[in-house]
Amino acid sequence: MSEKHAAGSPAAGEARGGAAITRDEVAHLARLSRLALGEDELDHLAAQLDVIISAVARVQEVAAEDIPPTSHALPLTNVFRPDEVRPSLAPEQALAGAPAAEDQRFRVPRILGEEA
Amino acid sequence: MSSELTRRTAAELAELIASGQVSAVEVAQAHLDRITAVDGRIKAFLHVDAETALAQARAVDERRAAGERLGPLAGVPIAHKDVFTTADMPTTAGSKILEGWRPPYDATITRRLREAGLVIIGKTNMDEFAMGSSTENSAFGPTRNPWNLDRIPGGSSGGSSAAVAAYEAPLATGTDTGGSIRQPAAVTGIVGTKPTYGGSSRYGLIAFASSLDTPGPFARTVLDAALLHEAFSGHDPMDSTSIDRPVPPVVEAARRADVAGLRIGVVRELGGEGFQPGVQARFNEAVELLESLGAKVTEVSCPHFTYALPAYYLIAPSECSSNLARFDAMRYGLRIGDDGARSAEEVMALTRAEGFGPEVKRRIMLGTYALSSGYYDAYYGKAQQVRTLIIRDFEAAFEQVDVLVSPTTPTTAFPIGDRVDDPMAMYLADLATIPSNLAGNAAISVPCGLAEEDGLPVGLQVMAPTLADDRVYRVGAAVEKALEDRWGGPLLAKAPELAEADR
Repeated sequence: MSEKHAAGSPAAGEARGGAAITRDEVAHLARLSRLALGEDELDHLAAQLDVIISAVARVQEVAAEDIPPTSHALPLTNVFRPDEVRPSLAPEQALAGAPAAEDQRFRVPRILGEEA
Repeated sequence: MSSELTRRTAAELAELIASGQVSAVEVAQAHLDRITAVDGRIKAFLHVDAETALAQARAVDERRAAGERLGPLAGVPIAHKDVFTTADMPTTAGSKILEGWRPPYDATITRRLREAGLVIIGKTNMDEFAMGSSTENSAFGPTRNPWNLDRIPGGSSGGSSAAVAAYEAPLATGTDTGGSIRQPAAVTGIVGTKPTYGGSSRYGLIAFASSLDTPGPFARTVLDAALLHEAFSGHDPMDSTSIDRPVPPVVEAARRADVAGLRIGVVRELGGEGFQPGVQARFNEAVELLESLGAKVTEVSCPHFTYALPAYYLIAPSECSSNLARFDAMRYGLRIGDDGARSAEEVMALTRAEGFGPEVKRRIMLGTYALSSGYYDAYYGKAQQVRTLIIRDFEAAFEQVDVLVSPTTPTTAFPIGDRVDDPMAMYLADLATIPSNLAGNAAISVPCGLAEEDGLPVGLQVMAPTLADDRVYRVGAAVEKALEDRWGGPLLAKAPELAEADR
């Protein structure tokens, strides 16, 4: 991995064209993805992601500006139904797989950090 | 009788049960015995509960005795890929993050098949969250190919393909996001279908890439696959992408099994360079066979198919990074590091790092990258444009021909461990199957022989337009019939016998 990309992300929209993904970028992606990765894992992933991203960048060769994007193979239309009260899961069922529960609710770690 | 029952097709078993010659309990027991005898070596199953399976079979026998009209597959055992939720069995999606989780409800497909009287014999091994082409990414260890225990059984539905190929179950379900039904079917010598997207319900399926995931059947014959396809398909109000149209007549097509006058296109871009010579040779013979049966064969070009793989490896990880955000250690599954001092965000990051395997992490990171500001247009946006071009390639091709064919996979089953450290090499396994996922149309893989160089099964892929699922069964059944006449029986009869261990 070359030094020149070590700090920060390349400019927005810049095509990769062989440019490497830096270890710092990978660490940033891990934070965004909520994955507490170890140093070894970051090194390993940086190398692999670099190879994969270089390979998939081929998509930039073909699609001209006038091609509309397709996000879904089916033409989707909104599906409506009457707003009716119906039976749902009982609280015990909903909580059955919870790592921690209390008073018919999910018990979670603190949400706000000390700096908040 | 017991071991003989496991060699029967689903259609034969259903008939034996319906005519009262055997009970659903006997059939379930025969398959449970087979699992006990061979699954220690195959490892197709993550969960088998004999008592629950036998109780379901007894219930079917009682319903029949009471004169209830049951579906055409009543009493036949089925193995479900562990990505389908089952209210009475654990569901893990092959991941440590869901180890031991018991869903509070059934997937629509699970429920429909239960109501039709099929007996759930167990849950099958899979690549974690259906990400992979070899079943080596399962957190619970790899499944082995019944043809050669040192080889992969395909993926991500490799547990299901191995279970059917090893006579542990006559039928199984799988999901196909980039080829995860067709590729394992091809490399284990059985039949697997990716139905039209939206033709089979995704409700109760643990999501990987929502615009691509398609549940479908595994079986040892084309007719069996069609029977299962018909039994679980149809509109589901619980899935907003479910198509509200009649199910194509797939069983009728499988019985018809004729291709006279049908126009068949060989996709130029899916063959030749990069395809194993033995795979290409069997495919070429299958094409000649179709021609001899009266089909009109032409070569068709789909120029953008070569961009399908890169587009897929941007779109699928993008959707995966979003779908897997639900594994947040708060409401179900694993929770790591909740010591009272750490914040929810820290616990979430620790849990996900511990609970997800390498391939899942790779894809979450890749998806997060492709969707991040500054890269979105250059990667995800471009991939979606490629998707349009692939759909247009299919449309142009289907103006000239009724179905398209190709080898299902570029190679036969590769050795376990061969590609684990080389993601791009692993991704190539789905080269020929991915275009149909991006376009959403129907496709099947049927056995078309053994590759000379390694004696392992080769699959023929047949692709048809959206909602023309019946065409893939018609062609698949014609090929199956002609080849079985030539071989004097099914391809699977050529597989080495798995010695049954003493019980």
